[in-house]
Amino acid sequence: MTDNLPETTHDDHAGVAMQEPIPDPGLPAHEWRPTDVDPKAEKRAERQVAGLFVLAIVGAIGFIVSYIAFHVGDNPDTIGNLGASNVALGVCLAVTLLAMGAGMIQWARKLMADHEIVEMRHPASSSQEDREAAVSILQTGLEESGLGRRPLVRNTLLAAGGILGLLPVIMLRDLGPLPGDKLDHTIWDLDTWNAEMKAWWATQNRTLQRVVRDVVGTPIKVTDLEIGDLVNAEPEVLFQTNPDTQAPLVEGTDLLVDKSKAAVILHRMLPSDIVSSQTLNWSVDGIVCYSKICTHVGCPISLNERTTHHLLCPCHQSTFDLADSGRVLFGPAARALPQLELTVDEEGYLAARRDFTQPVGPSFWERG
Amino acid sequence: MSLDTSKIADTNKDRPATAKKPNRAGAVAGWADDRLKLGTLTKVFARKVFPDHWSFMLGEIALWSFVVLLLTGTFLTLWFTPSMSESAYEGSYTQLRGVPMSDAYASTLHISFDVRGGLLMRQMHHWSAMLFIAAMFVHMMRTFVTGAFRKPRELNWVIGSVLLLLGILEGFAGYSLPDDLLSGTGLRIADGLVKATPVVGTYMSFFLFGGEFPGDVIIPRLYIIHVLLIPGLLLALIGAHMLLLVFHKHTQWAGPGRTEQNVVGYPMLPVYAAKAGGFFFMVFGVTALMGALLSINPIWKYGPYDPSKVTAGSQPDWYMGIAEGLLRIMPNWETHIWGITISWNVMIPGQIIPFVLFGMIIGWPFLEQWVTGDKREHHLLQRPRNAPTRTAFLAAMVTVYGLLWAAGGNDILATHFHWSLNSITYFMRVAIFVIPPIVFYVTRRWCIGLQRQDNDRLLHGYETGIIMRSAEGGYTERHLPISEASAYTLTARNRDEIHQIESDVDENGVAAPDTRVARIRAKLSRGMFADNVQKPTAEELEEARHHAEHEHELETGLDHPAAGHEFDDHQLRDAGDVPLRQH
Amino acid sequence: MRLLNRPLGRLSRHRRGPVAGLLVVVLGLLLTGGLYAALSPASAQTDNSAKLIKQGHQLFLVGCSFCHGTNGQGVKTLDGNQLGPSLVGVGAAAVDFQVGTGRMPAVQPGPQIPQKEVTYTPDEISALAAYVASLGPGPAIPNPSDYSLNGLSDQQLQEMIAKGGQIFLTNCTACHNFEGSGGAMPKGGFAPKIRGVDPKYIFEAMLTGPQAMDTFSNGNLSVDEKRDIVAYLQSLQDNPDYGGFGMGGIGPVSEGLFAWIVGIGSLVGVAIWIAAHTARSTTRKDSEVEDTQHEWEKAEHR
Repeated sequence: MTDNLPETTHDDHAGVAMQEPIPDPGLPAHEWRPTDVDPKAEKRAERQVAGLFVLAIVGAIGFIVSYIAFHVGDNPDTIGNLGASNVALGVCLAVTLLAMGAGMIQWARKLMADHEIVEMRHPASSSQEDREAAVSILQTGLEESGLGRRPLVRNTLLAAGGILGLLPVIMLRDLGPLPGDKLDHTIWDLDTWNAEMKAWWATQNRTLQRVVRDVVGTPIKVTDLEIGDLVNAEPEVLFQTNPDTQAPLVEGTDLLVDKSKAAVILHRMLPSDIVSSQTLNWSVDGIVCYSKICTHVGCPISLNERTTHHLLCPCHQSTFDLADSGRVLFGPAARALPQLELTVDEEGYLAARRDFTQPVGPSFWERG
Repeated sequence: MSLDTSKIADTNKDRPATAKKPNRAGAVAGWADDRLKLGTLTKVFARKVFPDHWSFMLGEIALWSFVVLLLTGTFLTLWFTPSMSESAYEGSYTQLRGVPMSDAYASTLHISFDVRGGLLMRQMHHWSAMLFIAAMFVHMMRTFVTGAFRKPRELNWVIGSVLLLLGILEGFAGYSLPDDLLSGTGLRIADGLVKATPVVGTYMSFFLFGGEFPGDVIIPRLYIIHVLLIPGLLLALIGAHMLLLVFHKHTQWAGPGRTEQNVVGYPMLPVYAAKAGGFFFMVFGVTALMGALLSINPIWKYGPYDPSKVTAGSQPDWYMGIAEGLLRIMPNWETHIWGITISWNVMIPGQIIPFVLFGMIIGWPFLEQWVTGDKREHHLLQRPRNAPTRTAFLAAMVTVYGLLWAAGGNDILATHFHWSLNSITYFMRVAIFVIPPIVFYVTRRWCIGLQRQDNDRLLHGYETGIIMRSAEGGYTERHLPISEASAYTLTARNRDEIHQIESDVDENGVAAPDTRVARIRAKLSRGMFADNVQKPTAEELEEARHHAEHEHELETGLDHPAAGHEFDDHQLRDAGDVPLRQH
Repeated sequence: MRLLNRPLGRLSRHRRGPVAGLLVVVLGLLLTGGLYAALSPASAQTDNSAKLIKQGHQLFLVGCSFCHGTNGQGVKTLDGNQLGPSLVGVGAAAVDFQVGTGRMPAVQPGPQIPQKEVTYTPDEISALAAYVASLGPGPAIPNPSDYSLNGLSDQQLQEMIAKGGQIFLTNCTACHNFEGSGGAMPKGGFAPKIRGVDPKYIFEAMLTGPQAMDTFSNGNLSVDEKRDIVAYLQSLQDNPDYGGFGMGGIGPVSEGLFAWIVGIGSLVGVAIWIAAHTARSTTRKDSEVEDTQHEWEKAEHR
């Protein structure tokens, strides 16, 4: 195909290069619509458009009626099994809008003059004279300002502008505190506790923090769990209240921050199923405890297969082996799920011997 | 002190502007014109011509969705509380009574259950956000595949690309605001993505969330970004986008009387205004209908965000599906070296590939212009088949997007089609590299086939569907010439020019420094255009016509066409009674 | 008269069912009376349960032993695959769930046994359950009072639902989705849809951990907490769909599909309608085209 290419010139204006093998026959003659030539059709179209606008009015009235008629809140009305207010308001609004839209479009299509008109294009660029004029104006400006002749003024101005641009960046510093070693510890570590928590702990006469059921906060005995049980659990301090004020020790967003690192799952399996010695040593009668936070990007994971002890993340499907130190079996997560060393405390309840030995959750640069 | 102004002219021209006593409307118009020169503006803009084609209205869907977003969004701000302070819920939704939750979540429940029409506005807002971005995509695909981004419209393409990016960010910020379980999970993933940034990841995360995730500032911060910062940028860029559209005038399809020098269509006033205005109401109406009947983001079922809770089917809104899919199919590569961690498994899909893709989108017009060396202005659109490589590239990119979206919903696919989750992921890891090239190849050959068919129609006419039997018993189909208008339309396109290196050496016989670049360019040019079918030349068309006449001569004296020319039927070309196909 | 029309075999099985046992007790009371009569139910029931177990074993040998072994000990194939797991200690609740929901008997082993038509009658299921329960101690079929929500005040129910929702979102949604629509598990497994499932089976599933599901024994989630979950699921079922049709209740993926297909689909349709050329007439107007065009337009045309 390359040999019969015509000479193509790169002229400024399009079209010059286009050598048409067939000449442009020009715009076809205008043809009338039935509504242009048949008064009956015209009348019909007019009624159609007006009918649509009337429908729009009906829809709007329906909207107002629905607004007053249907209850929301405590005891909402229903239509079928749908919320009545939402359906009625929405459908009436849709009828109004669609009828208005259809009416306007139909008006334009059937009744408005439909002669296509022609507008000429002009090149997007300015003319050569204008360009030259612009250049000379800029030149004049440059000369009159003396920007070129006074490098000292220019350079100091540039420096001032640059440093001014730095100020907003500096001002963003207080957006948040520096990370410090916050990501390395969780609230399982008793040293991270505040004074209020420590005061409560002093009343407990215990040395190990219990692993308690999420939502209800009750401690767990080994005998409570059967083989195959999965418990979504938390550190007990998150459920305690200040004995004096009765206010929770941790609440609000602090609670969410702590949960986002400290949430764990307990799973009881046959001790003979456990593969790695770490998992065995850190378990109690086949009960293992792992971080619930995925090492990929931090989703909570608790989709466990009882039969295989494989734990799946619902966000990106990383799969971990609970019988084998939380090893990654599948998916985008790169690191094993951190295991929490489990033991029983003085009263026979499941408790953590210490904090996780590595940061939980997603990877970060200085994690190591 | 009062001044008698009756004698003072209210303009500095030679006659007073208020000489005549106009009617009321005229008076208002005159008052405004005196100050705003509205008359001239009206004269210039009110009869602006817009060509009529359905594919030119796709951008309008996006524009009108944006208007719906502004209207419904403003309504929502009247009740929404962008705060993460917690309290126990005591509102109308009994299932959650007594549950501690943030004010943001509680106020979203309030909008949904206690404000009449609040749920409708919420759902319309969310639906129109999905439509806004989807329409931008469709509009962009149309612009791409027809070559409407070519000179002088490259800047408008860049603005459009930035609008798309901003729209996606705006959507993400928006669906994170209710602070429900799903949006919180989305933010959790965003936190993971940010943390994976080399060197400064944790700092960025702590600055973004005002401390450790989730902190108590992210919702208010996202709120101001969502209702002020990004909408402001969007508005400004949409304004610029529209101004450039008016300035460049709309592109049009080639056809009789429609050339590079003109634009043919309906005037702004009244036809286009009525159609565009009507379309606004249609977009608004469809959104209202979807808001009325299709439940979207039922946050009351997700519950308030809690970092220890999660739900199956945790997906982002569709436009983030590409990032989600990439995250899911990425192999688990991570480097631990010198006490640092580099999470390729998060960085590559979350930070590198999306921006590479976005760079490709923005850069295409400039790449194509560099390869073709075409510095002309283009106002006539190319049919997708006439740019086979570009069309095939788009098809491949759409396939990539579709595959990644499917990968992002692999758990949904697994449950609905009873496939294995793991198999889908393994399949996608391979498919993302295999299927797009296949789609590219097939689309390209398909386009070239269509080009060939166009040339056949030009040279030999169209297939009438009439089967004729010759005296010898052979069967052939009768062809008739296409109309002059269709023939012109088919030929109204540029020939592709393949860039060739003139010489490896410069005029002094020394190896030219930019030969390597030129060679790449020539290679790309050949790859893009060498296989394309060019339109027939005037001579070829003449020959075809001559051939028909020759056959006509042979047939004089025969009562049937000459052997081998039974079915050409070119002699019928000018006969008035032969119906010519009008396309 | 339906009773008389029963085939004999059905009648005899029926007599051995738990209801029939009660009937025997009542009959015994009526006939013998006194202290002897008062003692007789126990012996009748013991006798009855032994019969039930025997009958269950018969059924087991026919329908279950191929995979689970003749004594419910489980079967391993020669290449080491577990054909059917051991049923020792799974308890009556597991049988009642598996057979009662139609998961067992399975057509073939696989990553997950799908639900089918229920093949056994309630009496046969209780016989099977009695047999499997006799293999080793395991969870019994729960008492209706454990999961029934009857007779609770609105206030009580409301508190249960709110608490149940939190327990549900913590323990169940990860696999079964926020609306109980189900979700995917590794290697072809899936967590089934649990919306609209009989509360008894919900309760039994938590108790016994069917197939790959974890167990939520009474020491893990107490009976009351399980009932809270049942109450929450029931409330999801009872509540109207406030915002319209749920599109499968699977979250943003189906929402995205609807945005494209319904939203963009219909709006592109509207765009095509707006730009479509209307019907043309061959009739010509008296006043011709030129007259209606404005002067300046014509000028520009030139």
